[in-house]
Amino acid sequence: MALLEVTDLRTQFFTRHGRVHAVDGVSFTLDVGRVLGVVGESGCGKSVTALSLMGLLPPRQAAIVGGSVRYDGRELTALGRRTFEDLRGREIAMIFQDSMTSLNPTLSIGEQIVEPLRRHLGMTRRDARRRAVELLEQVEIPNSARRLDDYPHNYSGGMRQRVMIAIAIACRPKLLIADEPTTALDVTVQASVLDLLHDLQREYEMALVLITHDMGVVAEMADEVLVMYAGQVVEQAPAVELFDRPEHPYTEALLAALPQIEIAHARKQRLAAIPGRPPSLLEPPPVCRFAPRCAHAVDGDRCLAEMPELREIRPGHLVRTFHPSSERRSAPVEVGR
Amino acid sequence: MSGAPLLEVEGLTKTFRMRRRLGRRQSDVVRAVDGISFEVHEGETLGLVGESGSGKSTTGYCVLQLLKPTSGSVRFNGRELTGISRAELRATRRELQIVFQDPYSSLDPRLTVEQIVVDPLEVHRVGDRASRRRRVQELLELVGIEPSHAQRYPHEFSGGQRQRIGIARALALDPKLLVCDEPVSALDVSIQAQILNLLNDLQERLGLAYLFIAHDLAVVRAVSDRIAVMRRGKIVEVGDADEVYARPQHPYTKALLAAVPVADPRRMREERERRRAIRAAADATADAAAP
Repeated sequence: MALLEVTDLRTQFFTRHGRVHAVDGVSFTLDVGRVLGVVGESGCGKSVTALSLMGLLPPRQAAIVGGSVRYDGRELTALGRRTFEDLRGREIAMIFQDSMTSLNPTLSIGEQIVEPLRRHLGMTRRDARRRAVELLEQVEIPNSARRLDDYPHNYSGGMRQRVMIAIAIACRPKLLIADEPTTALDVTVQASVLDLLHDLQREYEMALVLITHDMGVVAEMADEVLVMYAGQVVEQAPAVELFDRPEHPYTEALLAALPQIEIAHARKQRLAAIPGRPPSLLEPPPVCRFAPRCAHAVDGDRCLAEMPELREIRPGHLVRTFHPSSERRSAPVEVGR
Repeated sequence: MSGAPLLEVEGLTKTFRMRRRLGRRQSDVVRAVDGISFEVHEGETLGLVGESGSGKSTTGYCVLQLLKPTSGSVRFNGRELTGISRAELRATRRELQIVFQDPYSSLDPRLTVEQIVVDPLEVHRVGDRASRRRRVQELLELVGIEPSHAQRYPHEFSGGQRQRIGIARALALDPKLLVCDEPVSALDVSIQAQILNLLNDLQERLGLAYLFIAHDLAVVRAVSDRIAVMRRGKIVEVGDADEVYARPQHPYTKALLAAVPVADPRRMREERERRRAIRAAADATADAAAP
């Protein structure tokens, strides 16, 4: 059953130089209890997509200018501020990358967990405190009862991210949106936080939108993957399918550019860098946005004349390009494994 | 690899005094680097890998004498660097340079690219104005920056291009060793690959040696001949890169490698439990070893 249905979402930033088309026609559906990985590089629009879903765009600077976001049958883009606040934190929760700025430094950890429990579930102070201890236990914070009255600066980065998770799951949300939740963490800490997220997602049957730049994190967590480039979805497929048979030249290039830890003589191999950089999103022209960096675009073909549509190349596998790997004359490029 | 190492670090220790806490008579001392030894040979890359707080960057700064080591020795080109005069140190700096992590804050925004790259040549009074100009053009070409852009300012360049400019500056004096401190961690994957390739190419062409400091194991692997793994100020494992990655010996190295998510969904799912077990084992040894 579709819990979240995003259709042709368009979000723009209004700058002195003009409108930045940060999210430009993004569509996807997410079923109850499933994990969607949204992957792409800086500026591709993945975080702005998350902020749009949550109704957290900076007012006056940015706005949803088109499309719809339906959550559990309700249109979120038309929701009033108060109604949205009731929904946010209770049914839809979010975890950000930077736990130091997301947590309030002047409130104890306990107060910050208790607050949503009282606000959304109407718990008494005592009950909420008891529940807060349980939540800290659940996110594996040792001596949780004692640590409740500590402040964020007393916690390490990994522990703060666990607290963020505890706050996010406090009201048992149906949908969790996590924006680069482990990017600031050390690799061993990241691994344990991802394990925790995975376990909680299963246990609570939460739908999870996981936004990341890291293909490895996507591979570990996601059922379904959305690859974004320059404000658009360029490829969407079930995770195994995407990594086995990437179709978009950008997805292929991104996988090929990853340094590998498991190949012998890594030192002698050149990495497949992607030349150039993403285009400006100030009033972008209606042509393929990856064309200038694409190894398959040739002079005079359609790539620089029109915008490729997102089309279903195999059941459940969408791609936005005139040069998908399975339709090229030469054999598909072997990447990523 | 020739006989005598280019860089020889022995028993290097760096302690920091923490601010005195209320009610304590003595301030706490943190051993950021705790008696480590390693070598870097001419033309090779030693990857120094570890998590935050492991002491890897402090080690880099001690090698460069940007931080004064508490004890131990740092020999470069057969010469002891600890305790030498500033003038002598300056002469050595020509051959020992650094590339910083953040290409945004490490370039002065008020200077043009040419002024940035020419600076070390002026400081060390190399050549005349005309020859310095030529050298800047040559350096920009070498790192893949259009030499005609020499009069532009840092903000006109992307992160990857700025890192190239930082590398050009580091190469200006023909150094023998570059300390690279997380040189690609601020960059996107597609740009990161460009810079790693550039560093490998430069090494081949110029015979440079690198002390390459990073937290990302895959990145370190892509450039290193040998790897040293740091944890809590100590080197827990050092060896040939292929060997360390294929057959890690120390539980911590095993845990680090097992924690790296790889771009293969099938394996990530199949190995979830095995990875957890390896990390738990490393945590157990760490707790046992903790002071």
